[in-house]
This record gives sequence, C-alpha cells and structure tokens, in this order.
Amino acid sequence: MRFGGLTALDDVGIQVAPGTVVGLIGPNGAGKTTLFNVLSGVLKPTEGAITWKGERTGKTGPHRLARAGIARTFQGLNLFPMMTVLENVVAGADRLAKGGALSMVTGLLGHHRDERVIREKACATLQRFGIAEFAHHFPGMLPYGIQKQVALARACVGDPELLLLDEPASGLSKQQVDNLADQIRGFSNDMAVVLVEHHMDLVMKVCDHIVVLNFGQVISTGTPEQVQADPAVTRAYLGEPAADGGTR
Amino acid sequence: MSSPTRERAEGATAPTSQGSPPASPKAGFWKRIPSPVRNLLLAALALTAISGLMLFSSDLSSLRYAAVGYTLLAIAGLQLLVGGSGQVSLGHGAFMMIGAYSMALLVLHLPMLPLAANLLIVVVVSAVAGLLVGAATARLHGPYLAGATLILAVGLPGLAHRYHDVLGGSNGLRIRVAGAPPGLENLVSDEQWTSIVVWTVVLLALAVLATVSGGRLGRRMRSVRDDETAAAMAGVPVGSTKVAAFVIASTAGGLAGALQIYVLGTATPSIFTLALSLTLLAVLVLGGVGSMWGALWAALAVVYLELWVSDLAGLLEMNSNVENNLPLVFFGIVLILVLRFWPLGIQGIFQRLAARRRLSETSR
Repeated sequence: MRFGGLTALDDVGIQVAPGTVVGLIGPNGAGKTTLFNVLSGVLKPTEGAITWKGERTGKTGPHRLARAGIARTFQGLNLFPMMTVLENVVAGADRLAKGGALSMVTGLLGHHRDERVIREKACATLQRFGIAEFAHHFPGMLPYGIQKQVALARACVGDPELLLLDEPASGLSKQQVDNLADQIRGFSNDMAVVLVEHHMDLVMKVCDHIVVLNFGQVISTGTPEQVQADPAVTRAYLGEPAADGGTR
Repeated sequence: MSSPTRERAEGATAPTSQGSPPASPKAGFWKRIPSPVRNLLLAALALTAISGLMLFSSDLSSLRYAAVGYTLLAIAGLQLLVGGSGQVSLGHGAFMMIGAYSMALLVLHLPMLPLAANLLIVVVVSAVAGLLVGAATARLHGPYLAGATLILAVGLPGLAHRYHDVLGGSNGLRIRVAGAPPGLENLVSDEQWTSIVVWTVVLLALAVLATVSGGRLGRRMRSVRDDETAAAMAGVPVGSTKVAAFVIASTAGGLAGALQIYVLGTATPSIFTLALSLTLLAVLVLGGVGSMWGALWAALAVVYLELWVSDLAGLLEMNSNVENNLPLVFFGIVLILVLRFWPLGIQGIFQRLAARRRLSETSR
C-alpha cells in the first residue's frame, strides 16, 4: 500500500482463521490502521490481494465487504451523532434485511418484516451489550465507555464473520478493559476477530496469534509467548540497546 | 415518587428522546400495521379533513389551500434530501420547472391524456432528470454540491428563452385544465375541485415520502448524512443512497411543479428562478429541518406570510415600492428571529413543548 511516494505497507501478509483472535500490534505509525483500512475496503491496495472466503476482494467497496460479513469499529468510534443508540445499532443490522431497492422505496415486498426482524435483532443486541436502557439516547450525551459499547454493538449486530476492532480498549478503565477481554473471547465463538491495540495486557490475554508491524513491514509473528520472546519486537518498541551502557 | 434526583435524571434524558415513548399497547397495535398502509390511512384521513374544510371555504381560499399543497410537496421532497441525506440543493426550483413544463407540454401536445397519466409521465421525467443530476453530483459534498445545483437553478430558466418556439420564451406556456367533473358541478366549484385534486396527489406523494423516510432507506440516508465511512462499513451503499435521495426529492419537486401549473394554468421562467430555490431552502429551515411536519409549517409560511403582509401593507396604504418588498423584509425578519430563538425551526418549538409535557407527566 503506497500513498504517493510513501510506502505505508510493504509486502504485509496476514491470515485470519475462523474463530481465532489475531492481534495486530506495533509502534505508532507502523501501519496498523492502514492495514485495517485495506482489510475493510476503505483503501484499495496498490499491489497484492486480499482473499475473503476464497474470493479476491482487493477492489471491492467497503459496503460490499460489510454485506459479505466483515464488520469493523473505528478508533474515533464514528457513531451516527444525530441518530439514537437504537437507530445506530439498527443501521448496523442493515445487512440482515432481505428486501431490495423497490421494497425500500415502496415499503412493500417484505419491508415490514425486514424492519421487524432487524429491529428485534438490534434490541436483543442492546440487551446483550447491557446498553438497552440507553436505546433512545443520542450517543453524544453518553459516557465514553457506553459509546464504545454502542460502537461494538453496531459492529456485531449484523452477525459478521470477521470483526475488525480498532483500539477497542483506548480510554477505558482497568475494570472495563477486563470486561472487554471477556467480551472479545466471547465474540471468537461466533466469528474471527482482528484486533489493533496498544494495550499489551489485553492483546496478550485475548489473542491466539499476533502480528507485529513496524514501518509497514511484518517484523514478527506467532503466539503471544513467541512474540514476547522475539528480540526484534523489543528492538522495535524500545530501540537498540546502547553499546556504551547508555547515555542520557 | 418525584424525588429531586429522579427529576434531574429525567430532565437530562427527556429532550433527547424525541418521539420515542415507551410503547403502550395501543401504540404497539398501530406500529404493527405496515408503514405504507399506516401512512395511506393518515393521508386518507387528512384528505377527508381538508376536503371538508374546502366545502366551507371560498373559491379563493380553496386555491390558496392548493398552493399550500403543492408547496408542501416541494418542500417535503427537499426535506428528505437536506434533512434526510444531508445534501444541500439550491436547484430544487429547477426540478419544479421541469415538472411544470413537462405537464404543460403534455397538455398542449397530447390533450387526450387524462390528468393521472400526465402526472405519472411527469413523475418519470423528473425522476430521470433527478437521476442524471444526482449521479453527476454524487461525489460532491456540501458547498460543492450546492454550487453545482446552483448552476441548474440559474441555467434552466434560460432554456425557456433559448427554445422560444417550444417553451414559449418569457411568456411561458399556458394551459386550460378541466374543472369539476360533470356529476359534481353542483356540489363543488371548479376551484374547490382543483384543490381537492391537488391535495389528493400531494397526500399520496407524502405517504410515499413518509414511508421512505421512516423505513430502511430513510435510515440509510441518515447514516450517510451522519458519517459516510461508518455507513459504508454498516453495509450502506453510500453513493447510490445519495442518488436515491436526490431522485426522490427531484420527483417530489417535479410533481409539485406539475400541480402548480395545474392550479395556475401558466408556467413562466420567471416563476422558477433561483429566488424560488433559495426560498424553498430558507423556509425549510424556518419550518424545521428533519421532520415532515416542518415542511408543513414551511409551506404555510410561504403562502400565508406573503399574503398577510401584503394585506397589511395595503391597509397601511404604503407606496407600491414598499408594499412590494415588505413581504420579503418581513420574511427575512421572521427567519432571523425564529432561528435566533428556536434553532430547530417552528417544529423545534413543538418538539420542545412535547418534551416538556412528557417530562411533567413522568415526574408526576
């Protein structure tokens, strides 16, 4: 993936098996979010291929990928500010509706059933994420932790098969991060999860497999134990050990 | 029950929960009816009420109601576009012109077609026009879209001058429309009949607009309005949703234009100027962006503010220069005042009152 003369991602390979949690870590500017944007179709890769369930998706627009079962959250949450929490989550369930364009314009042809199905699904999801009491609030008025749950609920309501989480733990308290870890392990029963995160405790706790990026290249990959033991990772995060014992 | 803490909690939440009362059994029954049926029932109810009102109104008042009707339709279409999908169009008047001129040409060149067929053709023509413009402008945002549609509003009336032979130049096109049908001549006057026809079409179209904006497509539009990237990741095709909003709004505008010439009997380029497009947008804000009711207050304001103020100027015997411009000045002042004190427009006032009433009910 290149932007003009800048190569943001260079020959990066990542594989996500169903039901696994893959962590994507690396120092600031390593290209984690860029890789996310490529995976979710927001950016088109300049070279290389992405395969989703055996089909190449490199040039597919994000809404098609979303309909094919790839959901994501955003670092900045990107909730719909002028829609209620319930509406936000119902919007996320759009892929479950069956009707086509004609059904949406006329309100006939199963539109009513579609609406009922996705609305009920959204309500159930709100319950599951413990935010049902905020259903009719606007997201901007809610505490950050709740907003994060709304964003998660919006991503999960459509029963995706691959969930991309962009820094889900940022700005959360210790207690909330622990709950999040349980939640993410729970997601992996139904779907594959890719996680971009700076919060190492969380990453080491929930991931089956970790990919470490630095300057757009994969510098290490493996289980949490393997990655933790890899000197290349330490070097990327902490720098070269100084030869003369360190000067300040 | 009304401890201070509870009241404060309610106070913090009530203004945000617009139109979302805890479902009572009765509301549940109403909601279980499919939305097109629900909206058509409401439309039928409204038509009955308006027709009843019409029978007790003078011919002149009936024509004014008709004017409210087609203005309402035009503004409701714009509402879906601006409030629903977040696209600002300065060219809505141009689509009204397309509708009006299509209608006039149909009546002049194919006089045997019934009104319903004419209106259906107008719907198709303005939908195609909306599709062309919408597809061309789908990648434009905010001011750029406004600029592109501005060209349409400025340029289209020029076509009437350019193709003088077909479109009649500055004199425009003139049509005669049939009055009340033979069986009803004694019951309703021609003007009352015209107005009832207009309102029938308007309410049918509004039922469609309400169905769209209350359903999946409306939600898709709102998600695109709020955050395009997040909407795309929720599976919403952003581009086609924007074009769909544009097509639906243009169709409503075209149909409104056709009804306008049906009432007035004449379409000239001077009716469909940039000023019309700007007025439509301004009154929409005045009425309240984001609610179909806002469009109703807006339409009433368009028709009656001007009327009342020119009546007032006539009473005060002002000189004609002042009299002609007074409605404009007055409209500007009203717009500034409403937006200063009720940023959400007239509908915002009602919403606030409703929220306050809900609050006092819950804390009782």
